[in-house]
Amino acid sequence: MWTLVGRGWSHGRALAVWAAGTAQRGRLEPLPTPTRGAPAEFRAWDRLYTSAERKEKIDMSRFSVENIRNFSIIAHVDHGKSTLADRLLELTGTIDKTKNNKQVLDKLQVERERGITVKAQTASLFYNWEGKQYLLNLIDTPGHVDFSYEVSRSLSACQGVLLVVDANEGIQAQTVANFFLAFEAQLSVIPVINKIDLKNADPERVEKQIEKVFDIPSDECIKISAKLGTNVERVLQAVIERIPPPKVHCKNPLRALVFDSTFDQYRGVIANVALFDGVVSKGDKIVSAHTKKIHEVNEVGVLNPNEQPAHKLYAGQVGYLIAGMKDVTEAQIGDTLYLHKQQVEPLPGFKSAKPMVFAGMYPIDQSEYNNLKSAIEKLTINDSSVTVHRDSSLALGAGWRLGFLGLLHMEVFNQRLEQEYNASVILTTPTVPYKAVLSSAKLIKEYREKEITIINPAQFPEKSKVTEYLEPVVLGTIITPDEYTGKVMMLCQARRAVQKNMIFIDQNRVMLKYLFPLNEIVVDFYDSLKSLSSGYARDKAHSVGKAICERLKDSLPRQLFEIAIQAAVGSKIIARETVKAYRKNVLAKCYGGDITRKMKLLKRQAEGKKKLRKVGNIEVPRDAFIKVLKTQSDK
Amino acid sequence: MGRGTRPRTGGQKAGEAAQPTTLSRKGRTGGRGKRVRAQQVAPQRRGPGPSQPVRGRGARSRSPSSSCRGGPGGPAGAALRTPVRPGACLPISRRTRPLPAVAGAMALPGARARGWAAATKMAQRRRHAEDAKGFPSPAPPSSRAALYVHWPYCEKRCSYCNFNKYVPRGVEEAAMRSCLVTEAQTLLGLSGVQRVDSVFFGGGTPSLASPNTVAAVLEAVDQAAHLPADSEVTLEANPTSAPGSRLAAFGAAGINRLSIGLQSLDDKELQLLGRTHSASDALQTLAEARRLFPGRVSVDLMLGLPAQKSGPWLRQLRELLGYCDDHISLYQLTLERGTALFTQVQRGTLPAPDPEVAAEMYQEGRAVLREAGFRQYEVSNFARNGALSTHNWTYWQCGQYLGVGPGAHGRFVPQGAGGHTREARIQTLEPDNWMKEVTLFGHGTRKRVPLGELELLEEVLAMGLRTDVGITHQHWQRFASQLSLWDVFGSSQEVKALLVQGLLLLDHRGLRCSWEGLAVLDSLLLTLLPRLQEAWLQRAPSPGQGG
Repeated sequence: MWTLVGRGWSHGRALAVWAAGTAQRGRLEPLPTPTRGAPAEFRAWDRLYTSAERKEKIDMSRFSVENIRNFSIIAHVDHGKSTLADRLLELTGTIDKTKNNKQVLDKLQVERERGITVKAQTASLFYNWEGKQYLLNLIDTPGHVDFSYEVSRSLSACQGVLLVVDANEGIQAQTVANFFLAFEAQLSVIPVINKIDLKNADPERVEKQIEKVFDIPSDECIKISAKLGTNVERVLQAVIERIPPPKVHCKNPLRALVFDSTFDQYRGVIANVALFDGVVSKGDKIVSAHTKKIHEVNEVGVLNPNEQPAHKLYAGQVGYLIAGMKDVTEAQIGDTLYLHKQQVEPLPGFKSAKPMVFAGMYPIDQSEYNNLKSAIEKLTINDSSVTVHRDSSLALGAGWRLGFLGLLHMEVFNQRLEQEYNASVILTTPTVPYKAVLSSAKLIKEYREKEITIINPAQFPEKSKVTEYLEPVVLGTIITPDEYTGKVMMLCQARRAVQKNMIFIDQNRVMLKYLFPLNEIVVDFYDSLKSLSSGYARDKAHSVGKAICERLKDSLPRQLFEIAIQAAVGSKIIARETVKAYRKNVLAKCYGGDITRKMKLLKRQAEGKKKLRKVGNIEVPRDAFIKVLKTQSDK
Repeated sequence: MGRGTRPRTGGQKAGEAAQPTTLSRKGRTGGRGKRVRAQQVAPQRRGPGPSQPVRGRGARSRSPSSSCRGGPGGPAGAALRTPVRPGACLPISRRTRPLPAVAGAMALPGARARGWAAATKMAQRRRHAEDAKGFPSPAPPSSRAALYVHWPYCEKRCSYCNFNKYVPRGVEEAAMRSCLVTEAQTLLGLSGVQRVDSVFFGGGTPSLASPNTVAAVLEAVDQAAHLPADSEVTLEANPTSAPGSRLAAFGAAGINRLSIGLQSLDDKELQLLGRTHSASDALQTLAEARRLFPGRVSVDLMLGLPAQKSGPWLRQLRELLGYCDDHISLYQLTLERGTALFTQVQRGTLPAPDPEVAAEMYQEGRAVLREAGFRQYEVSNFARNGALSTHNWTYWQCGQYLGVGPGAHGRFVPQGAGGHTREARIQTLEPDNWMKEVTLFGHGTRKRVPLGELELLEEVLAMGLRTDVGITHQHWQRFASQLSLWDVFGSSQEVKALLVQGLLLLDHRGLRCSWEGLAVLDSLLLTLLPRLQEAWLQRAPSPGQGG
């Protein structure tokens, strides 16, 4: 096992929480549907405005370090992080309420659809309080575990976080994971209990959970309703009061952390940076600590949340920087930038993104290969964490083996390919990388290293060549109502997981920590976990099941008997479609002149029938499998 | 026929006759052409009796005798100049000797035809009385055949039809007639057939042809081979091209059965189909036909048209039952590529026919006809009082048939030329070319494909199951002496599943579809055909198997 040794492999992601307290939702109370819509309205963050809209350059020197706060909001999915962010922006006049809709439209389609943040977003808020003007830099982070490395980098640009917890759902697995990321980074944590307006909200219970799990006194919790704006002002004040200003020095040479980067077709890479020391302005020559490449700065500014050019950025501030970089790999997340000839100690914690989930990607039609190739190239320009290797399969033809940070990352990538480049692909079942320690010197010479990494199952070395195989592991947190504890533990054991911890976070909820082989959870663990607790699972499972049934229905040819297609979770059927039996399938006219043609047609069909796969007594065309597999990947 | 003298009719009927739809690549391309006016046959070196090139758009040639001159002699002179045809699978052996029976016979075809027709009348009732079930054929099958004659012209294109038909500016009917006669003679000679059991004039719109032409062909057939007086001789007729007087003339020429392309009793639907007749035209023609050919009139009714609903269609069917004779064909519309209807559906200007609705119409229609005392003796054909179509029965029983005319298909053993293997034959598609070839070589066969034993068995299976009788053990035995139906299908699990499902029956009588099975026969065949192939390959090699 390459468990502890391989910590480098599991990284920040080791804290990841995959399958969170899915169970209790259904058990406790109805889903908080009103807030589910929240993701749709929140998009204040995007880089919405074109440069044409840019205002006059602003002078950032008027904000002294003690009036600056850098903070982030962390939360479990759907706990209202983005809604809170919207309110904060509105309160500080950064955006108008009326502009919301427009901003929503400009979002990445995939983010809107999934209600998730894929790219980190940043906004500088200007806020007057007690006679002083404060610069509050809000750094929004991707919520999902796949991006926990990005989260940790974003957090390292902050001094404090708002930990948002749903008053209805309480602490969830992701809450825990995020808390520990912040805790490890030694940030001030301000717990915010959101959605107190909901009928089933129980903020007191959540306060107790927070006290128990995070050891934060319950009186420190701020109870708000981001949706209605209740108490949101207090959040801003708490940010100023409880989060310390950054400890930085303008006099020192420049030291800036890249915590995000995007690619703009016209301007090149736009790097989001947090300045720990020094000053940067247009014309400076900067160097990347990672690539050692020198670039000249073309533009600096703050994100408001649109790009607003500034004369200079000063230590403690957060903003963007454009320096003629042509590729996002030149501004990798976590990298340190400094001035040419004024080398500094790089900020700690930089790691190149390491893909942990690999899948084959093939064009559905080989003639689409080149189009798909260019689409993948364009997308990876924007996302340096995806690795691309050429691959080919006997069945699927030429394609690639792509590495992703995690499953969601993979799905998002696939969805963007489809939506933005209109490419349709076959994605194979994801696998995780393995390592193999080679057994003989000869082999080591052949492979050029003792320990090889295998990303493609087809290239797995034989047992005789290897002394040891290593697999990546992750630390998973599961929060569940106690009645499911037994089932969850059985499931984890069946997945070769090792229990690390188990505590009751309140009277009836248990937090379990397990060390999982990544391979065991990468494909369907989340689904299995959800299906343990029928209630919650049904909603989403129902729609997924329905979609698969429908797809299968459309790809199955009619046969002589009715075919029922059912989707089941465990033994419970959640969706059903039927392929009706043929009622009439016979050539109407078959006389002397029709016989030759009819016989030819029948023989061709009979040949085609031989190529169908028989499942039971149902004949299934090959592409039906592909079609169904495809739905699974974009569920 | 002059343009002005003949009633112009609507499109050809999508009849129940053998339709030359499948052809070699070459043939197909030729067949789609828009053109076609019957072109004058170039004078060629001919046999006895110089042919008189028929001139003008021929309002003349009232007398059949004048029009048939020169027809028969052709083959003799042309035989030596057999070209190599790219489409042919076998070198076509042209006849090298003139047909002995033919030479003198053509002197008075009209008179003969009338004589033959008269005898037919007498025989009609006799034949009618006998139950058509099974159509026992006492004579050796190879010495008898059915004959199909294709008249390729139509006045208008119907929106659903993709048959081999042409809308000419003018038909040189005399030339066409002469060629039909010649080809019939040649092919009958080649086949060595002694007796023709049925003749079917299909098209195109054969009711646009003159009765003289029909008479000439029948006479030639009777001369070249025996055409018994009680043989079924069917003509496809379009309501508008067949007023009573013309029908009577066809009757005098030897036609004793009519198949009327009525298609619908709804004028809007008729319009959609591109038919030129109205529902009342059709009923009038039907009444005339029944008066002239009592008990021997068939009507076609289409189902599954775009936007057609089950209820109204069933009302049409019931209405039709009040007028019809003893034979009805129900045809589900097949949208064929290249037709106007197909294009309209493709473009979305018409809704695609709903297969579910069509299936419902079919099932209900079958039930209605059953109640009315009709026997569904084939997938699309219904008869009462034993009025089955002998000619079409031959197709489904894999009897021999000869195809005469442009694009006609035939299946027979060319015994007259020393052959022993059944061949699938296709005549040249395009009328002008076909006529040239017939004039040069005596026939316009474009493609000959020998049918292997297995292929023939496959046809026996696929065609036979279309009938209510299915394939009897005796019938199967005739084609496969070494391999019984039990041998082939008795042990197959897949076939068993179909039997259990009640779609198929295999018993002491033979193999046949159930009522439900008949509607999905094409699906059943996808199981049965591979099974037959398998059994054929596994069969014990028998000593006599010549290949």
